[in-house]
Parts: sequence; C-alpha cells; structure tokens
Amino acid sequence: MFKISLIAAGLLICAAAAHAQTLSDLRGRYAIAPSSQIAFSVGQVGGGGINGRFSRFSGAFELHPDNVARSNINIELEPASVQTGEPRVENFLRSDAVFDVAAHPTITFRSTRVRQDGPNSAVIEGTLTARGITRRETFHATLAGRDGRALAFHVVGDVFRSPYGMDVGTPLYSNVVHFDMMLRGQRR
Amino acid sequence: MRLRPKAASLNRNRAVYWKNDAMLRNSRLSYGLVAILFHWAIAILFLGQIGLGYLTQATADDPRLQFNLYQWHKSVGFLILLLALLRLGWALSGAKPKPVAGTSVSEALAARIAHSTLLAMTILVPLTGWAIASTSPLMIPSFAFNLVLVPDLPLARSDEAEALWSNIHAVLAYASGILAAAHAGAALYHQFARRDGTLMRMFTPSRNTGPGKRPAP
Repeated sequence: MFKISLIAAGLLICAAAAHAQTLSDLRGRYAIAPSSQIAFSVGQVGGGGINGRFSRFSGAFELHPDNVARSNINIELEPASVQTGEPRVENFLRSDAVFDVAAHPTITFRSTRVRQDGPNSAVIEGTLTARGITRRETFHATLAGRDGRALAFHVVGDVFRSPYGMDVGTPLYSNVVHFDMMLRGQRR
Repeated sequence: MRLRPKAASLNRNRAVYWKNDAMLRNSRLSYGLVAILFHWAIAILFLGQIGLGYLTQATADDPRLQFNLYQWHKSVGFLILLLALLRLGWALSGAKPKPVAGTSVSEALAARIAHSTLLAMTILVPLTGWAIASTSPLMIPSFAFNLVLVPDLPLARSDEAEALWSNIHAVLAYASGILAAAHAGAALYHQFARRDGTLMRMFTPSRNTGPGKRPAP
C-alpha cells in the first residue's frame, strides 16, 4: 500500500514537472493536423439526435504560454465533407436547407480573444462565419496531450444554428449544435 | 351553394342540438351531429393529406420545404388516425342509418362496402405512414404539431422496410382517394339526379325523434 502511494506520488511529481515544462516549451506556431477530429451533435426530441463530423479542414494556432492572451487560432472547414453515416442526412445538410455548400463552401472560425481559465485550459472567443453570416462564438480548450513537436487540444462549444439561417427542423431537432473537437497541432 | 339554407337552419338550431341527445346520435334514418362532424372533419383532413403527401414527393428540389411538409403530413396523419379511431368507436356503438328509400340491394351493398373501406382506410393509411417513420433509418422523431411526441412502432429499421411501407402507404392512399371520389360522385348522383336527399343527410343531423323546442327568435 505504501509502495503504491509512493509510486502515485512519484507520478504526480513527474506530471507537475511536465506541466511546468508546458508553460515554456509549448510556445510556437502549429498547423492543425489532418488527424484532428471535428465532431458535432444535435439533439432531438425524445433523445438521440444527429452525430456527425467534418473530414476536410485546415488551420493553425499560435501558442504563447507566457502570455496566453497573445495566443490565437484560425480554422477553416468544408461543410461538404460532413459525415453522419446516413447519406440522405448528409445530402440534406449539404443542401440549401442547411449549409448550402454550393453558395458557401467554407465555414471559418477566427479567434479574437483567448483567456486562460485553468492550468491547462482557455476560453477562446472568436468569430464564426457560416452561410455568409458572421457571429461571435465561444469555445473552451483544454490541453489534452503532447508528444514531441505535436500537441492536442480538446475543444468544446455550443453554437445556436438559427442565427446562421440553419433553423430547419427546430424544435424537432435542437437549435444547439454541440461541437466536440480534438485538434492536433504539428509545430511548424 | 344550394346547401346554404340548410346550414343556416342548422346554425339557428344549434342550441337545441346540444341539449337534445337524439341529434348527437344517429337514428335509423339519418346521421347524428357527431357522425356528421367526424365525417366532414376526416374527409377534409384526409383529402388534404393526399395532396400534402403528393407534395412531399414533388418538392425534392427544395429540401427545407420538403422537410417541413413531411412534418405537417405526419402531424395531420396522426390527427386523422386519432379521429378515425374515435369515429370507429362511435360508429360501432350507434345505429347505422338505412339507405334512403329507393336504393337497390346491390347499391346498398356497394355503399356499405365503400363506407366500411373508407373508414378502414382512414385508419390503415395513417398506420402505414406511422410504419414508414418507424422503419426509416433516418429516425426522424414524430412530434405531432410540435406538441405530442409519438413513439415509433416496434418495427425493424432498414432502407428496404422504409421503401416497402412507403409504397404500401402511397398505393393505399391514392386508392382511397379514388374510392372517396367515387363515394362523393355517388352522393352527388343521389342528391342531384335522383333527388333522394342522400347528400343532405350528411349535413342535417337526425331529428326524427322530434325536434326540441326552438329558441325564441
């Protein structure tokens, strides 16, 4: 029992050391790797809902651990690459009923303000542009892991879809789109 | 509209009808107010529903409109199913008015079959629509009028099952439409060619047990 505690304590110290390292070592500019995942879900009445992800995206972020407010991120995704496991749902999402990918082939997010709110996390405010409409949105990012020149952030956020002209299906389907992303950055 | 005077008289006597149970129920010769209201409410909804159902298939190039039409179609369908089940209970618990005098046995039989089939279709067609929603892999909830969440029927989901039920639904619906047209044609023929008052029975509640007191004018 004592031995286990000792090992646990040792791990904690190592983790703390690693954390202390993050503050200085992570500074830099990263490209968002294709291995990242941008998933979303929209609830529906009675439970369940639509779960999907976007497979084509690109972007970059800049990390300033010593001055987090200087950090920034921009990301661009192609709504045409939406995947839900059901072709009819995907075609509906691509149509002018939702994303209107013919007229608006990209959705972009650009951070305008990053504020650290925990040892490994930050609140990211920025502008989201979809269907030609730009609005202020907020996401929350938590450092999820690092490996050499790569690191990953778990990013979550809820976005109301009706202001972007994508209110079709409400209230059958929730107005809130929940984003759950694992953004992997490769240092440039 | 020739029906106006009768409708007006119905309106004038409305207070009496509500007090007189005999006018709510069918008699052996004519239909009561409840049967008449069921008939016309379901007739209007069912025919409108066939048009709406057609539009859900004709609006594929406008997915947003198509989606909304589908939800209206489902809502109206569940309303029809509810009304039709209540109507069936009402029909089974009351008298069925006899055919008007001068109707032949074969005509009476044909009318009886047509009426029973139409009533059955107002239940079966919504049920097959419910089966489409229940077997579709899209799993779109049935949220009637954005008010009532209707559970799915316990059926296995697959594209094949959805397509099968869709075909059954469409065939039964359009066949019902044709039968309803024949039914309406027969009623008009009776009313305006034979002048035997058949159609007017569906506008004027039974009063053969004696009219109630008329309200003071």
